[in-house]
Amino acid sequence: MFKGQTYAGDSFYEFLRVDHPGLLPDWTRMDWTQVSLLHGTTVLAIVCKEGALMAGDRLATEGHQVGTRDLEKVFRIDESSLMAIAGAAGPAIEMVRMFQLELEHFEKLDGQPLTFEGKANRLSFLLRQNLPAAMQGLVVMPIFAGFDHDKGRGRIYKFDITGGRFREADYYSTGSGGKDARSSLKRIVRHEDLSREEAIRAAIEALLDAADEDRATGGIDVARGIFPTVKLATRSGVEDVKDEELKRIHEAIAAERRAA
Amino acid sequence: MSTPFYVSPEQWYQDKAEYARKGIARGRPIVALEYETGIVMMAENRSATLRKISEIYDRIAFGGVGKLDEYETLRKSGVRYADMRGYSFSREDVAGKSLANEYSNVLGSVFTREMKPLEVEILVVEIKENGSALYQIRYDGSMSDMTHFATIGGDGDKLGDLIRAGWKPGMPLKDAAKLARRALAGSGNSGSVEDLDEKSLEIAILDRTRTGRTFRRIAGEEARALLRD
Repeated sequence: MFKGQTYAGDSFYEFLRVDHPGLLPDWTRMDWTQVSLLHGTTVLAIVCKEGALMAGDRLATEGHQVGTRDLEKVFRIDESSLMAIAGAAGPAIEMVRMFQLELEHFEKLDGQPLTFEGKANRLSFLLRQNLPAAMQGLVVMPIFAGFDHDKGRGRIYKFDITGGRFREADYYSTGSGGKDARSSLKRIVRHEDLSREEAIRAAIEALLDAADEDRATGGIDVARGIFPTVKLATRSGVEDVKDEELKRIHEAIAAERRAA
Repeated sequence: MSTPFYVSPEQWYQDKAEYARKGIARGRPIVALEYETGIVMMAENRSATLRKISEIYDRIAFGGVGKLDEYETLRKSGVRYADMRGYSFSREDVAGKSLANEYSNVLGSVFTREMKPLEVEILVVEIKENGSALYQIRYDGSMSDMTHFATIGGDGDKLGDLIRAGWKPGMPLKDAAKLARRALAGSGNSGSVEDLDEKSLEIAILDRTRTGRTFRRIAGEEARALLRD
């Protein structure tokens, strides 16, 4: 109805694609494998009693160099969901932004939010749109987790670059240190009734283990006071776990490991 | 061949305006007024699903009276417009004034170019750091910038008088809501204030104390508590 609006559906991405294509990024015209880009490393998600927890280290690499020491890789998407990203940081952060807008846009137009599964499907759609860029090296590896109000519990979805969407029951981790973090979580997360504290502890242990094995994972930078990002999605909303709490739990783990 | 005929612009305008006004007069009004920390909007609406008041963006809300499908289309266009601006600039750059201008343009050009004018009146309200902006846009595209409160639909003069008589700067939400309800009851044919309970009212606020998306609906028990003396 407004000038230059022809698209009439509920998707913000489609609206831009149809009516404002110039606003969408196009990363497909360059060989990005020849350029050094910021890469996010290890992120993870755990289902716990209250919902779902997500955590990520803060390091971004640029080739063999440190790109950024305090990058955020875990994002609040809406009132009940979180997304964590590993891989090419530029397109990944752009995807987070688009995903947040996509869900908000739908909610405003339709008068109600998408279901948890509907949200995971929208992310899958955005990943499919990114496939041409992914084929040139701009791979985005997201995890989507949150509190599913319909099911009354925390849920996790992992994805592949084609937009393939797979549900994980208890935990998942991706990025360069993802495999190491997973081995660690496999040992600790044996039931989904983890308490809040147990889940945070498991996340920190997994990130420490990943940082031990993977040079690109930052772990915990005690000297600079840079702690991982840890967020929790519960029935009542999204919570940022404070650095003081992370510091306390990290010190307890470090003391135990020294003693062992 | 049919005989060409001439209608003066005045006549043409008057006929269309009368047509639009008749359509709008069938609907029930919306009031919006400033309270201590934001703006409260209220409308008589017995439907639990069809909305007259909605969120557009972080600090901007929309009200529409008249023909539902027409203001729905305008509302959705507004959301697309605001989201697109927020995406291409920043969230802080999305302003009520430019949105109100778009509405004014659309309504004005439909009114002058099309056979049938849109049978709607639109309200765009925005909370700012200090104070607020309330834009009232009519079926012919004419736009006014109101201070402290605004109304659309119904008997606008009477509604305005009733609110003006009771409005005070910095009034708490509860007082503002009760005033809005009194004005809605007093200006229409809906009977007494008691007839307008929380089930027949649609209430929403833009609240400056919230961060990010400040729009919030008030319904059910919360609405009952708000309207209780």
